Amino acid sequence: MPAVHALANPARFLRLARPLTPVLFWLGLALAVFGGWAGLTQTPPDYLQGDAVRIIYLHVPTAWLGMGGWTGLAIASLAYLVWRHPLARVAAQAIAMPGAVFAGLCLVTGSIWGRPTWGTWWQWDGRLTSMLLLFFVYLAYMALVRADNDRGGDGRIPAIFGIAGTVLLPIIRYSVVWWNTLHQGQSIGLTGSTIAMSILWPLFYTLAGFTLVFAAIVLMRMRALLAAAKAEARMRRKAAA
Amino acid sequence: MKLDPWPFVIAAYAIVAVAVAVLSLLSWRAMRRAECAVEESRRA
Repeated sequence: MPAVHALANPARFLRLARPLTPVLFWLGLALAVFGGWAGLTQTPPDYLQGDAVRIIYLHVPTAWLGMGGWTGLAIASLAYLVWRHPLARVAAQAIAMPGAVFAGLCLVTGSIWGRPTWGTWWQWDGRLTSMLLLFFVYLAYMALVRADNDRGGDGRIPAIFGIAGTVLLPIIRYSVVWWNTLHQGQSIGLTGSTIAMSILWPLFYTLAGFTLVFAAIVLMRMRALLAAAKAEARMRRKAAA
Repeated sequence: MKLDPWPFVIAAYAIVAVAVAVLSLLSWRAMRRAECAVEESRRA
């Protein structure tokens, strides 16, 4: 925990973030491109779904980052409410846009996967509907942040919203267990997978790759927010002098 | 009738590639602009 507090110093954070941003981005991109290429060309088609299964290499990482993004946003929001670290507020705000994009991509890739597999683009079942709700919750969070900034708020209301939104995560996770859904049940868990390793292995590359790209994008957005705040503070000081 | 899955697979890959590229580019541009503004305000 002391290491987290030390990193909450913006100057110290920037010293670490500047060299880390390109490393995370290019390494992540290389892994994601390799995983995507391997998923398209190096794995056999599924016995039931055929080549449509190749969408898994995009759909799972985007779902993971859509949900993981909100987990990060909620942790940062909690850190902001408890310790009042401004960097935690910046982190939560920086996660929102990439989180929303990845949640949206999860819905789009799932829909595209559904058409040749289920015969429909969309179904109002538990998993799809709860993921759509998460996407809307991201949009609501971003609107709330903008409104809070406009009225000079201290960021507490978006932070509380960020924590409250976590209620959706177990609903998404267990929706395939609680309700009869068109979406398949859990096939990848911490203890193993029901998918053959000959099909599964490129997923590890795309998962790691997209996660690193996501982290790099969050760092870029945090650096932008910190720089904008610094420039504004400097202008205010000059105007007051 | 069974649909050919390849147009769907290619569409999914293309949409993800374009979305991630646009998001990365916009984030990088916002970061560069903001950091340049800090540099300019320091020099002014």
